[in-house]
Amino acid sequence: MRLSGRGLKCVRGGREVFAGLDFEAASGEAVAVVGHNGAGKTSLLRLVAGLLTLAGGSIELSGGEDDLPVAEQAHYLGHRDALKPSLSVAENLSFWRDFLGGEATDPAISLEAVGLSHTAHLPAAYLSAGQRRRLSIARLLAVRRPIWLLDEPTSALDAAGQQMFAGLMTDHLDRDGLIIAATHTPLGIAARELQIGGGA
Amino acid sequence: MSALGSIIRRDVRIALRVGGGALIGVLFFLTVVVLMPFAVGPDLKLLARIGPAVLWLGALLASLLTLDRLFMADAEDGSLDLIVMSRTPLELACAAKALAHWLAAGLPLIVATPVLGLLLNLDGTASLAVMLTLLAGTPALTFTGMIGAALAVTLHRGGLLMAVLVLPLSIPVLIFGVAASQAAISGPVPFGTPFSILCALSLASMVIGPFAAAASLRHGQD
Repeated sequence: MRLSGRGLKCVRGGREVFAGLDFEAASGEAVAVVGHNGAGKTSLLRLVAGLLTLAGGSIELSGGEDDLPVAEQAHYLGHRDALKPSLSVAENLSFWRDFLGGEATDPAISLEAVGLSHTAHLPAAYLSAGQRRRLSIARLLAVRRPIWLLDEPTSALDAAGQQMFAGLMTDHLDRDGLIIAATHTPLGIAARELQIGGGA
Repeated sequence: MSALGSIIRRDVRIALRVGGGALIGVLFFLTVVVLMPFAVGPDLKLLARIGPAVLWLGALLASLLTLDRLFMADAEDGSLDLIVMSRTPLELACAAKALAHWLAAGLPLIVATPVLGLLLNLDGTASLAVMLTLLAGTPALTFTGMIGAALAVTLHRGGLLMAVLVLPLSIPVLIFGVAASQAAISGPVPFGTPFSILCALSLASMVIGPFAAAASLRHGQD
């Protein structure tokens, strides 16, 4: 599988964020998108996820499954955790597993992998910022999607959590996954750098 | 199908839990209807005559009360992004969300109607008629209101705007809802005539609502 963008242009609120951006990623490869604040890292991920409309250029995916669009083959881990405070940890995760559909894993196993098994019955309102992030990461494991679009994935994670997540990303790449991550801190895995907005 | 079932289950569950919207609507309905006899005075005949209209107005406002949060809550916590990206068509997801809202916020209003009918001096037949018209008409309120709720996501803090957008759309539902109730209680128009139009309004809005809301959500992504 190969995901590529050619001459991408992004305009938000009448202001050009970036133009003429090229990127390329293949199965088993991670791309770290770097750049200063406001350079358009999040915008790039949202363009790829289909959440923003392209002002120019094209995004192509070859060798994916069943001709599904990129958005439907991708997990998007954004700044916001997509958790409902009144639902328990397990309920939040099961909902996303059932709703997103596709090849699914037992939620209990995903929770175990991110170290949240002991909080399964706790309402998500009582989780700390780091635990909320871990629960969002569990969503990536609960349903298999070949493309992971990660926006500052390690923010709020402690050192052990970052190490755990690096392990999960490595596993994903080993299973022919593809990762595009916007980040300021090192991801802890081998990744090609994509610089946006000139030198930071 | 399981995706739609899961979104309905989730939304109903959230609405029924502490801080959810299901009880707020019923409480508001109760307040409006309970206050009415105090405002109008102890004229039982007058109360019975305006009863169906009061119940319909109360139900209309109560169902709008929690509707503006239909997409806003999901937009704020990022769930909406994932719903837009998912393999479920957005139109169906919107329809499922509206159905969940109706189950959690609309159905309790209908259940509460006979009790509140007592306060307005409505007899059994009259209460039953209002219940039946609410059952047929409230889906129209939810599904047209959903369009406003989707627009409100695009325009931040659009809660008041939503009421302005949605209320004109709900006027036909109100007219035929009350007309059908009155027809059942006192005639002279046969009950079937306004009631069929009410059902038609509901069915039409069930088709148009999800498409309009989905289009608005897609367009508003920024």
